[in-house]
Amino acid sequence: MSLDTSKIADTNRDTPATTKKPNKAGAVAGWADDRLSLGTLTKVFARKVFPDHWSFMLGEIALWSFVVLLLTGTFLTFWFVPSMSESTYEGSYTQLRGVPMSDAYASTLHISFDIRGGLLMRQMHHWAAMLFIAAMFVHLMRTFVTGAFRKPRELNWIVGSMLLLLGILEGFAGYSLPDDLLSGTGLRIADGLIKATPVVGTYMSFLIFGGEFPGDVIIPRLYILHVLLIPGLILALIGLHMTLLVFHKHTQWAGPGRTERNVVGFPMLPVYAAKAGGFFFMVFGVTALMGALLSINPIWKYGPYDPSKVTAGSQPDWYMGIAEGLLRIMPNWETHIWGVTISWNVLIPGQIAPFLLFGMIIGWPFLEQWVTGDKREHHLLQRPRNAPTRTAFLAAMVTVYGLLWAAGGNDILATHFHWSLNSITYFMRAAIFIIPPIVFYITRRWCIALQRADNDRLLHGYETGIIMRSPEGGYTERHLPISEASAYTLTARQRDQIHEVESEVDENGVAAPGGRVDRVRAKLSRGMYADNVQKPTAEELEEARHHAEHEHELESGLDHPAAGHEFDDHNLRDVDDIPLRHP
Amino acid sequence: MSDHLPETTHDGHPPVVVDEPIPDPGLPAHEWRPTDVDPKAERRAERQVAGLFGLAVVGSILFVVSYVVFQVGDDPDLIGNLGASNVALGLCLALVLLAMGAGMIQWARKLMGDQEIVEMRHPAASSQEDREAAVAILQTGLEESGLGRRPLIRNSLLAAGGVLGILPIVMLADLGPLPGDKLYHTIWDLDTWTPEMQAWWQTQNRTLQRVVRDVVGTPIKVTDLEIGDLVNAEPEVIFATDPETKQPIVEGTDLLIAKSKAAVVLHRMVPSDIVSEQTLNWSVAGIVCYSKICTHVGCPISLNERTTHHLLCPCHQSTFDLADSGRVVFGPAARPLPQLELTVDDDGYLAAKQDFNEPVGPSFWERG
Amino acid sequence: MRLLNRPLGRLSRHRRGPVAGLLVVLMGLLLTGGLYAAFSPASAHENDSAAQIEKGRKLFLVGCSFCHGLNGQGVKTEDGNQLGPPLAGVGAAAVDFQVGTGRMPAQQPGPQIPQKETSYTQDEIDALAAYVASLGPGPAVPDEAEYNIDNMTDEQRQEAITRGGEIFLTNCTACHNFEGAGGAMPHGGYAPNLRGVEPKYIFEAMLTGPQAMDKFSNGNLSVDEKRDIVAYLQSLDDNPDYGGFGMGGIGPVSEGMFAWIVGIGSLVGVATWIAAHTARSSKQKAES
Repeated sequence: MSLDTSKIADTNRDTPATTKKPNKAGAVAGWADDRLSLGTLTKVFARKVFPDHWSFMLGEIALWSFVVLLLTGTFLTFWFVPSMSESTYEGSYTQLRGVPMSDAYASTLHISFDIRGGLLMRQMHHWAAMLFIAAMFVHLMRTFVTGAFRKPRELNWIVGSMLLLLGILEGFAGYSLPDDLLSGTGLRIADGLIKATPVVGTYMSFLIFGGEFPGDVIIPRLYILHVLLIPGLILALIGLHMTLLVFHKHTQWAGPGRTERNVVGFPMLPVYAAKAGGFFFMVFGVTALMGALLSINPIWKYGPYDPSKVTAGSQPDWYMGIAEGLLRIMPNWETHIWGVTISWNVLIPGQIAPFLLFGMIIGWPFLEQWVTGDKREHHLLQRPRNAPTRTAFLAAMVTVYGLLWAAGGNDILATHFHWSLNSITYFMRAAIFIIPPIVFYITRRWCIALQRADNDRLLHGYETGIIMRSPEGGYTERHLPISEASAYTLTARQRDQIHEVESEVDENGVAAPGGRVDRVRAKLSRGMYADNVQKPTAEELEEARHHAEHEHELESGLDHPAAGHEFDDHNLRDVDDIPLRHP
Repeated sequence: MSDHLPETTHDGHPPVVVDEPIPDPGLPAHEWRPTDVDPKAERRAERQVAGLFGLAVVGSILFVVSYVVFQVGDDPDLIGNLGASNVALGLCLALVLLAMGAGMIQWARKLMGDQEIVEMRHPAASSQEDREAAVAILQTGLEESGLGRRPLIRNSLLAAGGVLGILPIVMLADLGPLPGDKLYHTIWDLDTWTPEMQAWWQTQNRTLQRVVRDVVGTPIKVTDLEIGDLVNAEPEVIFATDPETKQPIVEGTDLLIAKSKAAVVLHRMVPSDIVSEQTLNWSVAGIVCYSKICTHVGCPISLNERTTHHLLCPCHQSTFDLADSGRVVFGPAARPLPQLELTVDDDGYLAAKQDFNEPVGPSFWERG
Repeated sequence: MRLLNRPLGRLSRHRRGPVAGLLVVLMGLLLTGGLYAAFSPASAHENDSAAQIEKGRKLFLVGCSFCHGLNGQGVKTEDGNQLGPPLAGVGAAAVDFQVGTGRMPAQQPGPQIPQKETSYTQDEIDALAAYVASLGPGPAVPDEAEYNIDNMTDEQRQEAITRGGEIFLTNCTACHNFEGAGGAMPHGGYAPNLRGVEPKYIFEAMLTGPQAMDKFSNGNLSVDEKRDIVAYLQSLDDNPDYGGFGMGGIGPVSEGMFAWIVGIGSLVGVATWIAAHTARSSKQKAES
């Protein structure tokens, strides 16, 4: 069949389908845009605004260290042999030559001593893993303490919590792979934790280890979890986390022109891309620096795993320190009843407490929302002082974590500070219940005091450091009003509303349904918000302004530079710079 | 405040309106940076950025040089007392990356446009029309499928899905064997031995399994040990070799499993130090033998205090009294350390009379 | 000088001739020298030994008897605590270790007597050791040949180090840590750092079980096995830190601290730099 090609329309619109190509790059872009609608995507995303603040980059540390993990981890997989088959070592590390060991351990030695840069990549991988989880923690704390988890971001909060959990699991799996003495001891403890599970413990242990501990399959199994399943999940969740971030737009700090309805900052292109890209290299670089100079996990000194060997200072990586500490300070409770054993001494620290803590993390946004009844969207961050109870709760939780980490390293504390191991344990058993409430109380009062200080600055101005003597001989410090921008920033927050029990009984005189729950809610609300200091009202500010103006008039004659007052701050300013706020 | 946000979202909650005693003064005017207004400063910043990128190039070259120059392995080069290859490669790589990063950041901070721009937010919820349309579509779908009208199909589908969910769980059953009574016995029990081990035992012509030193596998006489000696020991079959091939009889995974339950410690104390009757009866001339596996979560324990006969676990600090049936004196472990009944065989070597009379290692549900 | 004085004293003054005299002197020298060589060392050693023990006893009475008793029988306090243990049978090796490393004499009783600057010369320590050894049979100070690996071939030394490593990881790391950096023991006790300790003292510690440490007598770990452990520890000292600074060699706790302080600390610093406001100029752009 012949076809007259000249008759076929080369356009379905009024412009020609083939246009003049301005240049090569344009051609490629045009080719891609024809298929992918890149133009629209670029239009939507390239000028996306990100507010600038150091605390907004903590999550980025986690993101970039994950990229470092992917890069270095891929390098390691080229040589690592995830096998527990035994062979005799004949490699470069002389002190272990002739020792029987698993292929996993031998290949880790091979990476460390026979591959140039292998040890560096191993150390960077391990350091990046520590940074990954640490950065997730600080990012989580920042999000928590500023209330960035509030509607509409609760789901992203849960995604983030899942990432933390997966990160810890991923870290533990990786820690176990080299099959050295420490990683084997870690697995042995994990086996003990599994076996303590009621009813199915031994079955789970035998299924996971492919028979009796240690078996010969746990490392290949952990390997595939470590390099495929968990990183895949993490990657997917990071994608979701970022998508939601872009969709919701980033939160921002209150300030002049920065409101609940907008987001002010630098565009993705070019500034933010350059800053974020630069930060990636900085994270990578710091990891390289640590890998170069600080020895981490020197497995050649631990020796291959042997279930009859152990070393002093057997500790997990820091993020497992909380579980380790709980295991160490737990009293030895065990119940023997009806022919079965319930090992509270392992169950509580190993299985119940971690999930309780994790549940608290995930549950807090919903608890707070229920107590406040606040179902509105929030895009302005709260300063930590403006949510005293929440900030204090975080401080208490960090204290718990710190205490447990310290308890997990009690032997290290004992040797380095010449304390008694037993005393540390006894101390920690009590401290875990006593110190966090103290920290909670202090932090809460501290926040409230800071709130008061803010109000003082709003109502009475800032302290100039100038001491005035009145004709009567009395001394006062001179206060000057703060700038309008600062004053606005301080007041751009909401007043807390305390939930009151509406009515004990309904209109028929019957106890209202859910009355008990409502009372709990009211009680919590009072406890969380009643002590907070609320910002001044417009009238209070007005009154304070009048007062200040009056004082200013009285003092106006003193504003001339006088001997000894040349360097007083206010005299160096223009009059405009020290405005009394005119409405 | 003027804005284009709706007064309420769908669930009736208005967006936050901050009650502001002070009106929003609005974004402050943009101020220029020295690099924006001073060509000299601009050129200086340009040179800084280019210099940093240049440094990265130098670092890359040094990296390649270090890669070629420094030896790893048998006879590594050293810098200070550190492995030269690791330090040099790492520092060069760090130089490259940090210079790149610093250059990009400096570029963004000093030279790229720094006008802050404003983007308006929109509520996360979809519009009322979209929501209604979506509900309508779903309704139509539900009706067209007839899922509501045909409970038989719906219920049988649910059943099929539920059953399908069971299959992967069933398939995981072959991940490992069932525990059986494996946790109740160790290799000290001659009845658990494989035929090869039995065959080797025939050649030995003895009835009691000796307690031998770990690593070297030599048997121990009572007279070998002084008061206060601690021996990390194993059952002798672990070190048995085939008389013909000279190959170990227990090796690989079986060896690790055997060791993970059968490892013991021997400790010799003054017999009058021994407190409990069982410990005394099961000891030989003040030599007691205990499982080395902690009853907490299974770490090997051998931190012994000679003076108190307290054995400490380095993992979680459970402490056991070797003079008193392995009683727990401190820490999270709940059960005493299992003791092995010691005796002396015909040739005068220390040997086990029988297996432990209880499961060693961490507690588990059905151990009672 | 004794050797020269005695023969000279026996020389007759009535002999004639310088050569004869010289010959006689030489013969006498040879004879008495030989006799001395044949008989004297034993008796001299005996005398020495007795003198040494006596010297040691005097030192003991001054420095040790307060806690260990006038005859080394040990002292109990009124409430039944052991102030100093009885020393019969601890052997010379124990004294050489305890006094040589400065642990004894102790400044004060406690859960563990720390190492410190030694306050006796090696001669005095030997005398003390001789005295305590005379109280009852115990392990003698090991001969250097017992723990020295210098005379081995490279292959033998390699084998010794590898075997020593395995024995070390089995018997020692539980308390002393994988790097020999030490570890905690109950009630304020601790296993001390083994790095940089003289091989002799490592060997003696195993032999005698100082303080709360277990004994690893020659029947427990043979001399060769102990030598291998010493060899392994020495090899740890000789080994470079392949991966960089060891951060105390105490494993994951210090690693975690460095991750937070160095890693997160510096990166938060970088984040602050990225987000910090740059310097502002009061000038306006020319064209605007």
